[in-house]
Amino acid sequence: MIPPFVIENSPALMVIVPFVAAFIAPFSGRVAPALRALVVGGAMAITSAITLLLASDVYAHGTRLYVFGAQAATLAVPPDSGGIPVRIMFTVDPMSALMLVITAISAFAVVLYSLTSERHHSGLGSYYTLFLLMVTGILGMVSTGDIFNFFVFLEILSIASAGLIAFRIDGGVAVEAAIKYFVLSTIGALAILFAIGIYYGEYNALNMALIAQRMQFTLLDQLALVLIIAALAMKCGAVPMHFWTPDAYSMAPSSITALLVVASQASLYGLFRTVFSLYNIALNAACVGWLIIILGVLSMVVGVTMAIPQKNVKRLMAYHAISQTGYMLLGVGVGLAVLGNQPLLDAFGYMAMEGGIFHIINHAMYKGLLFLTAGAIFFRIGTYDLNKMGGLGHSMKWTMIFFIIGALAIAGIPPFNGFASKLMIYESVFAFNPVLSVIAMVVSILTLASFVKVFHSIFMGPVLPEYKDVREVPRPMLAGMGILALVVILFGIFPSLVVETLVAPAAHALADQGMYIAAVIGGGV
Amino acid sequence: MRMSKIVRTGACILYPLIIVFGLYVVVHGHLTPGGGFQGGAVIATAAALVLVAFSHADIAGMVRKIVFSAQESLGLLLFIGAGILGLLAGAPFFANILANSGLLFGLAVPPGSNPGDLNTAGVIPIMNIAVGVEVWGGLAIILMYLFSATGGEGA
Repeated sequence: MIPPFVIENSPALMVIVPFVAAFIAPFSGRVAPALRALVVGGAMAITSAITLLLASDVYAHGTRLYVFGAQAATLAVPPDSGGIPVRIMFTVDPMSALMLVITAISAFAVVLYSLTSERHHSGLGSYYTLFLLMVTGILGMVSTGDIFNFFVFLEILSIASAGLIAFRIDGGVAVEAAIKYFVLSTIGALAILFAIGIYYGEYNALNMALIAQRMQFTLLDQLALVLIIAALAMKCGAVPMHFWTPDAYSMAPSSITALLVVASQASLYGLFRTVFSLYNIALNAACVGWLIIILGVLSMVVGVTMAIPQKNVKRLMAYHAISQTGYMLLGVGVGLAVLGNQPLLDAFGYMAMEGGIFHIINHAMYKGLLFLTAGAIFFRIGTYDLNKMGGLGHSMKWTMIFFIIGALAIAGIPPFNGFASKLMIYESVFAFNPVLSVIAMVVSILTLASFVKVFHSIFMGPVLPEYKDVREVPRPMLAGMGILALVVILFGIFPSLVVETLVAPAAHALADQGMYIAAVIGGGV
Repeated sequence: MRMSKIVRTGACILYPLIIVFGLYVVVHGHLTPGGGFQGGAVIATAAALVLVAFSHADIAGMVRKIVFSAQESLGLLLFIGAGILGLLAGAPFFANILANSGLLFGLAVPPGSNPGDLNTAGVIPIMNIAVGVEVWGGLAIILMYLFSATGGEGA
């Protein structure tokens, strides 16, 4: 049914399609805005379909390689290269595939939503160009097997995101947020580049599998590890480096914020990929594991406590995003701390990692949904200020339902997906260190409290006179939110199915460095 | 902000020379130092020169920004197109199927030291040209926007 050409070349096609569409979009917009909507929507639908196809192929048949510019796409090590993979390649293992699934679902929902929500704004030509470049950047980051290539896609993502954060100039406030984001991203990217330089000088290699194979964990490698952890923890908004997140998340258009959440998860993926696939047991796992756990706990606690007093609904959600990132760091950090100790890993390490990774996909879905509902409210009433809202439940019923789904999911209430992943984290972390588990539960309760307050101030109460003409948002925006809400509910009802098919292979692929190396180095000779 | 007649005449004389030199760097990217980005940047300095010598209003009267922005997009599409050529031939993305094919840029590189033949290297020169066109358009449009702030006051 699907031509083998598409399946063989899916890793390349999923980057080509949005990239080509990104530069056709401005031309088509000059012909007719409807044509541009068709190009952007169509390209995103095709990209998502190819991405899901690739992910399902990876889950069925194991890690996929795609070597750019080679005679054959799977020829990782050319015969005359002396056993060294010299070319740029995509290495899509189950962990990458999971990130691809997240990106495909979120980006498609967001595009459906923003085709309507941004319809009346000017400058849409560059909006969609940057949007598609952002998608390209995320897809490239999570699938590349070449560390310099990772840096390139990270830069594509950062530049496109900075442009989009500033899209609504908003008296210069959005531009300020974008500059803040851009300066920090550049500093982070330079730190990563410096680390890449260290690897290249030391091991003569940029291919991640080859660096992993040659890894000796010298002092220089430790320096590189610190640089990469610091930069990527900053990019994913972990606490001592979180200060760009509230500004950027609250000033970007809501559809972009939903995608920025996915972008942060992609940085988190980069962090995990470095720690697990590049270093693995070469590093002092307990020490680095605890470092990541501490980052996670700080993010959880500081994020949620900062969220409670916020008046701006998007700033509030942004602080909750920081707090939720903490759960992922906590779960995967616990897995890392016991790496190399097989009995402990089997007892609770894998489960903690699965919980953390499951939380990545869940968070992308419900946080994306929450940001989209915030955008829907802004679309109708033009403010994010909680003190000015009220009584919207009478007119925006669907938005209210989607908000409830998202809010209950983030607070970890069954039967929504947040409950499933948080329960896995609580149980496994309790076996590792009960105090951490208690902190995680308290943070969850505070999250629920905060969202009860938000829900009440937005939707409850009598109809306010200034909002008596407010109507529900148009159907395409509801459809975009509906997709995410559906995923939230389905993942919550069938968590074991999702964990077995999507999450557990990803966690094992991440923990098993030998498999990652063998897929590249052992593949072509 | 128009400069003196001497400067303007000098700029007009240098303008084609800079462009020719930039195009040389672009086209010989696979043989000599430089390449698409460097050559494109050289060409963009020609745009900077006339923008400094004349005023932004003069230049904006001759060329519209949309031309450069179209050039930028077309350059990138050409680059991707060169990559897609590999896919069309049944090889992976970015495969250099034109090299040694006898077609465009398709001659084999002679062994040993030689002065270099322009008609070699397959898709690499095409990509250099694409990048050159893109950087030319991109930097020119940045310069146009920067100089548009200088209009108004002064002569």
